[in-house]
Amino acid sequence: MLERRDAVATILRERGDALVVTGLGSPTWDAAAAGDSRLNFYLWGAMGGAAMVGLGLAVSQPRRRVVVITGDGELLMGLGSLATIGVDGTPNLSIVVLDNERYGETGMQTSHTARGVDLAAIAAAARFRSTTTIHTREELEVWIPTVYVGPGPVLGVVKVVADQPPVQVPVRDGAYLKARFREALLGAKAFE
Amino acid sequence: MPDESVSQSIWAEYIYRAFKEASIGQVAYVPDAGHQELIRLCHADNDLRTVSLTTEEEGVAMLAGAWLGGTRGALLMQSSGVGNCVNMLSLIEECRFPLLMLVTMRGEWGETNPWQVPMGQNTAAVLERSGVIVQRADSVADLAPGVSAAADMAFLSSRAVALLIGQRMIGAKRFG
Repeated sequence: MLERRDAVATILRERGDALVVTGLGSPTWDAAAAGDSRLNFYLWGAMGGAAMVGLGLAVSQPRRRVVVITGDGELLMGLGSLATIGVDGTPNLSIVVLDNERYGETGMQTSHTARGVDLAAIAAAARFRSTTTIHTREELEVWIPTVYVGPGPVLGVVKVVADQPPVQVPVRDGAYLKARFREALLGAKAFE
Repeated sequence: MPDESVSQSIWAEYIYRAFKEASIGQVAYVPDAGHQELIRLCHADNDLRTVSLTTEEEGVAMLAGAWLGGTRGALLMQSSGVGNCVNMLSLIEECRFPLLMLVTMRGEWGETNPWQVPMGQNTAAVLERSGVIVQRADSVADLAPGVSAAADMAFLSSRAVALLIGQRMIGAKRFG
């Protein structure tokens, strides 16, 4: 089991020019705690949609790596999106699932992954090219290059401790998050 | 029997050309008989990335991502799929993402499947309550200008716009 903040900081330290989408709740706080970037798009809602935001972005920007960082509960709400992404075969899309087997924002109720549902196996069965489950820091460090350069779609389940580090609140205004992301990525073309 | 009217191949072509003129780069859809010829045209175009979804809300999120990356998209569905989109449309409203939806209507004209009626009768209201501007095309002549105007409002005024394609034009599916 890993500490979620340390795991996310370790992954994002290697991001280079990757584009990052975060799922609502703790993954958004974790990414913000690792250091804000104009190329982070933080979801504060839209539960179940993080992976699909990542797909649209990855298709639009085929030369950039897109990394979606989300939680087990968020991904469980959009399980069909794994089939959609697997069938699309998006080569530049990676999904990092921070799996604490809990719904952290609502009282730490257990999710289906606490009862044996295996998200990496589901992704593999949905034709993801690379899937894994990470339990240790050593495994995480070995896996990080796959996140950024491995042929996608990639999905890794990172098992994290079910704790709640202090909430680290990034910008919450959605229109601003959208505009600053597009300006950072597209320059003046963002506003044509 | 599929609910293809004789004119489907013609009006699908009008929509497809309007997509090209509007520089649409991604098309997401849940399969629908009313859109089947348009879906075929989109898949045949190597310059369009056409993605088949498991549920319509996936397309709402996907086209938000497309816009983050600088690409215009279009989402195709039938009226029954609109209800599947409601929470995901909060992403569009809160971030003021453009969204172009083309919705083929069921449950409004000569419908013979009663299960289509509840969602068909509430499609426009559900969209409007979710922050989507609703426009209609009820004749083939409305289609190309309708798609063009909806695309302009979506992408140049950063709004969610749904163009509802009337069942009277599509033709009612017959059962038994």
